[in-house]
Amino acid sequence: MSGENDVELVSVTKRYGSALAVDAIDVRIRGGQYCCLLGPSGCGKSSTLRMIAGHESISDGDILIGNRRINEDPPAKRGTAMMFQSYALFPHLDTVENVAFSLKMQGARKDERRSRAMEMLELVSMTDYADRKPDQLSGGQQQRVALARALMTRPSVLLLDEPLSALDPFLRGRMRAELRRIQRELGIIFIHVTHSQEEAMALADVAVVMKDGHIVQEGHPREIFNRPATAFVARFMGGHNVLELDGRTVTLRSDAIRLSRDAGSGQRRATIREVEYQGPQVHLNLATERGEEMAAILPERTYFADPFAPGDAVGVIWTQEDVHQVRP
Amino acid sequence: MERVHRGVTNAVNTGAGRAARPARTRRNPFAGTGGALALALPMWLVFALFFLLPLAVTVIVSFWEFTQYSIEPAFILRNYADLFDGCLEDLPYLCTTLKTYLSTLKFCFLVWLTTLILGFTIAYFLAFHVRTLPMQVTLFLICTIPFWTSIVIRMIAWIPLLGRNGLVNQALIGMGVTDAPLEWLLYSDFSVILALTHLYALFMVVPIYNSMMRIDPALIEAAVDSGASGLQTLTNVIVPLAKPGIIIGSIFVVTIVMGDFLTIGIMGGQQIASVGKRIQTEIQYLQFPIAAANAVMLLVAVMLAISALLRMVDIRKEL
Repeated sequence: MSGENDVELVSVTKRYGSALAVDAIDVRIRGGQYCCLLGPSGCGKSSTLRMIAGHESISDGDILIGNRRINEDPPAKRGTAMMFQSYALFPHLDTVENVAFSLKMQGARKDERRSRAMEMLELVSMTDYADRKPDQLSGGQQQRVALARALMTRPSVLLLDEPLSALDPFLRGRMRAELRRIQRELGIIFIHVTHSQEEAMALADVAVVMKDGHIVQEGHPREIFNRPATAFVARFMGGHNVLELDGRTVTLRSDAIRLSRDAGSGQRRATIREVEYQGPQVHLNLATERGEEMAAILPERTYFADPFAPGDAVGVIWTQEDVHQVRP
Repeated sequence: MERVHRGVTNAVNTGAGRAARPARTRRNPFAGTGGALALALPMWLVFALFFLLPLAVTVIVSFWEFTQYSIEPAFILRNYADLFDGCLEDLPYLCTTLKTYLSTLKFCFLVWLTTLILGFTIAYFLAFHVRTLPMQVTLFLICTIPFWTSIVIRMIAWIPLLGRNGLVNQALIGMGVTDAPLEWLLYSDFSVILALTHLYALFMVVPIYNSMMRIDPALIEAAVDSGASGLQTLTNVIVPLAKPGIIIGSIFVVTIVMGDFLTIGIMGGQQIASVGKRIQTEIQYLQFPIAAANAVMLLVAVMLAISALLRMVDIRKEL
């Protein structure tokens, strides 16, 4: 069953000369979903987004939006809108004119443009800054304007290219909540490119983890976090130990590990290398006797009930249920 | 101790990239107004010696009295009156002076238009269609090749091309486009505009290209994303953002063409009047005061044109 607003990528490929940036990927994003394309830089996530947006030609394969093949359509005809990493606000236009740009292109009258732009600025709480030029706005404000401008065309799919990467961590958290709220209110698909697993986990209904132009795993972030398909995904998502057990590659969540003063107990003997205080939890780096590097995350209170010091010998304990086998 | 502490705070502020207040503890050997003026002095000297002084002399001489055999220091307005002698009475017919100025303005406008169209197109091609920087630089250098030869040679090179039995006419006759040679190709308004465009188009290309290179390519994608057609992107995004370059290029071209006498002389077959040509003639006859008056009028005209152009853009923002 396919919904009428779904975005579907069918063996979509992007080649730059002989270099393969995106290698025949298949993705289906259902209407109303918040999708995050996640991966390290150079994994092809941005190229994928730009192909959906129409700013990059598709070397091979098809992109369908609402069951319509849009490979050759110009960006404005696809029902997509893009929010650029650098925001790409027109420096010579004020906030209202930036937001109303698409209406101006359609030839709408000036008062109509203004009133509709103000409505959209209301959505992103930027009405007070209507007459400012972009260089008079802060990064977070520029971003809201960029969001309003992108939403002005009433897209069925909003494409966001690393939208939060230029913001400071505090603002990033707030904008994240804002994006999620706006997506829920509008009920349209958001496709959000990011290299931050934290962002993807906070936002996505469905996350697509990419590496070297391939999709490694897709699903709800919780599913990906708890059942990483490969060692790469486990490492990329963080909070996992990747170990070799009886010739198998397995992952073990760092917060599933217990430490004992009795170095002989548990599955591994290890030495504490480093202790990092992180607020709600404490992060410990361990070196096992066998030369593995491991990490353990202990709740703050548990840790400080009996704190360790670097150099302490400990026994590393875990239960068999927490061991998850992955492809190497 | 206090000093050190403040120094550290300042360093931290600067490090955060938010330091609005300058580091007070750092000692500037040229601090204070006296020092600042001293630093500006060499530039001031050059400016005064090579610009202000000659200008002042020109203005002063324009009020001097002259006869066929003498030039006397004085303060009379006769030179200016002579310049526009009979111009008011003759209206609506134009006197020679007004005709000359109008003709100069006409060339100025037409050359501005042709260099603008050509310069904008070339700059656009270089900035947006040529993808790699080395290729851009190469093509840009090719644009400057005509500047390796002198203006006079570049002009004279047109003569065998455009002359009555020149290459162009021969080719046109050979192709059967025309059976008699075209007379208006050389020593005409056409050849003057052609040569001036050829000589000065680069002055338009360079600043416009510079402005265009500063346009973030994402802005063009954003325009396309908002449904702008190619033409709409051009008029709504590229032209407004390239405007500072357009204005600076226009100032170059307007000032050069307004004062030109060599090109209009050679390519016009010494038959076309221009203010510059007139000043040159007056100097040849040693009529310095009237030449100076003429030059002052030309300067006023050029400054009016430039101030009109500058009203359209904040040039300090661009530099």
